[in-house]
Amino acid sequence: MGRYALRRLLQMIPVLLGSTFLIYVMVWALPGDPFAGRCGQRPCTDAYIAAQTAKFNLDDPLIVRYFKYLGNLLQGDLGQTFAGQNVSDLVARAYPTTLKLALVALTIEAVVGLGAGVLAGLRRGGYFDNFVLVSTLFVISLPVFVIGFMLQYGLGIRWGVFPVTVSAGAPFADLILPGLVLGSLSLAYVARLMRSSLAENIRADYIRTAIAKGLPRRRVVGVHAVRNSLIPVITFIGADFGTLMGGAIITEGIFNINGVGGLVYRSIRLREGATVIAVVTLLVLVFLLMNLIVDLLYAVLDPRIRYE
Amino acid sequence: MTLTETGSPAAVPAGTPPLLEVDNLHVEFRTREGVAKAVNGVSYAINAGETLAVLGESGSGKSVTAQAIMGILDTPPGFVTKGSIRYQGDDLLQMPEGVRRTYRGEHLAMIFQDALSSLNPVFSVGYQIAEMFRVHRGMSRSDGMKKALELMELVNIPAARERVKDYPHQFSGGMRQRIMIAMAIALDPEVLIADEPTTALDVTVQAQIMALLKELQRERDMGLILITHDLGVVADVADKIAVMYAGRIVERAPVYDIYARPAHPYTEGLLASIPRVDMKGQELFAIKGIPPSLMRIPPGCPFNPRCGYARDICREQDPPNYPVGDAHDSACHFWEEVVDGTRR
Ligand SMILES: Nc1ncnc2c1ncn2[C@@H]1O[C@H](COP(=O)(O)OP(=O)(O)O)[C@@H](O)[C@H]1O
Ligand code: SF4
Ligand SMILES: [Mg+2]
Repeated sequence: MGRYALRRLLQMIPVLLGSTFLIYVMVWALPGDPFAGRCGQRPCTDAYIAAQTAKFNLDDPLIVRYFKYLGNLLQGDLGQTFAGQNVSDLVARAYPTTLKLALVALTIEAVVGLGAGVLAGLRRGGYFDNFVLVSTLFVISLPVFVIGFMLQYGLGIRWGVFPVTVSAGAPFADLILPGLVLGSLSLAYVARLMRSSLAENIRADYIRTAIAKGLPRRRVVGVHAVRNSLIPVITFIGADFGTLMGGAIITEGIFNINGVGGLVYRSIRLREGATVIAVVTLLVLVFLLMNLIVDLLYAVLDPRIRYE
Repeated sequence: MTLTETGSPAAVPAGTPPLLEVDNLHVEFRTREGVAKAVNGVSYAINAGETLAVLGESGSGKSVTAQAIMGILDTPPGFVTKGSIRYQGDDLLQMPEGVRRTYRGEHLAMIFQDALSSLNPVFSVGYQIAEMFRVHRGMSRSDGMKKALELMELVNIPAARERVKDYPHQFSGGMRQRIMIAMAIALDPEVLIADEPTTALDVTVQAQIMALLKELQRERDMGLILITHDLGVVADVADKIAVMYAGRIVERAPVYDIYARPAHPYTEGLLASIPRVDMKGQELFAIKGIPPSLMRIPPGCPFNPRCGYARDICREQDPPNYPVGDAHDSACHFWEEVVDGTRR
């Protein structure tokens, strides 16, 4: 399995290179003058334009520029914004917040989703099962910002259970409500996936064996059925982490969180190419790493799967 | 009433109830398509050290009866609607589930046809055997694993020590069935039900598994209920036979009697369909027609649409169990004709 992991890590290199190239091209090949509107109402001075052109190698052909950028990147230099801020500083400020938010969302999604799925799957057709089916359908069909504003209004403003916005430093307690919003869609899928996975596994022959062994019901369900049912669900949850981070933009907007979403949004609007590339490439990296972790986890959860 | 915990049939004092006694058992499956009457008044009994072979075509209710005994019926849709299942005189069906559970594994155990699907794919075989000791005996995980290893050696798994942490899919079919057997006999149960334990295996492996079962039974004085649709294996291992058709027992007899003088047309048909060396090349006699739908069992004798002996009474009156001989009875109005026919 170690060799497999190594091979997978090596495979990431071309993917990462390719994605930086694509993003680079998309950011810098956009039609239009990169200096339009950058200096307020007046056109930018020639000196400013000359300085920025030199800084971003704007006179070079695109491909040459890309390789120069890549060379800096490999030395750990993410570049600067037009205003001269280090991109690495911006990233270092935004990423931990979004990472925390995504972790909170993932935890809520896993705990609540799995719990609801198990209870619903054990008693298919029961009251709780119907409640889960209807409420998850509701969540799946509503856009995230609607859920966001609803929960913000209800739990935040109306009943005051949670803070309405997230304070500086984004403490975990403040992130519960945004986490719930961010994770809500995945939570609905996890609940449904777990429900059907458990309902299927509970009919398996080895469950009949477990009962015939005289195991108590909670062990039959909690150990034998749940363990098998988790395999597809864990896979889903792991793969979802990258999506949560990338998808945090709306939630961060609603709750005024200074994370990756806001950063990428502002950078695209201001055409801060260097920032966009750095942020997006990191998202791709998180995504790839999570996928690898999921694949390795899969082999741990299901001994029938072996990688070499 | 005093119950003796141990003792071979010979040592059982008169008046002691059989080890396991199924009496007038009825099981039905209530499905959307209708009610399938899978078991309709099955009665059989077994004592320590005895082997009862339950025979019958697929769908005749052999497994469902066993599942009802073990208490592992699929409920819903399956329900026991009538009858009793007494273990050493105590009706299992009257016990609360919490008490009944403690009988499973401890006194009654079962192995299944498909060992691969019957073992949990994500736990090592050692873990699954050890679970018996951990749950029923409160042993630690490591003590349980030691016991598991002993059992794997007992059922002749080669290199058991290296394989105790392997997973079910890493074993061959025969080895997997040995592991199922090890798990079933872990707590030294008094009754072992083997539901077509060799059907999924190669012929040579079949014989080894049967030999192992037989040996374990003899050593431990277990009552063995062997479910099979293969009359061939029965002769060597069984003491007595129950033939099932459409959820009832149509004939019960000691094993030598069943071959010497079958007293039910269905049994006769089954016997005629065993491949025999002296009939090589000839087409096997198979019972014509198919078993009835369990949702619409015909009135009278359920076998009448397929029976060569059938007469009007067969379509009207359900035959009772006619005594044929010592411990031998037949649910056929014309059992005497059947017996005479085979004598000729
Ligand atoms: N889980 C179930 N749901 C519905 N019907 C069942 C179920 N299990 C068994 N049955 C019914 O019981 C009948 C007898 O099944 P079974 O005892 O398994 O037959 P066999 O003699 O081959 O072991 C089947 O033909 C089927 O109609
Ligand atoms: S009772 Fe009649 S139909 Fe049934 S087995 Fe006997 S002869 Fe055949
Ligand atoms: Mg069967």
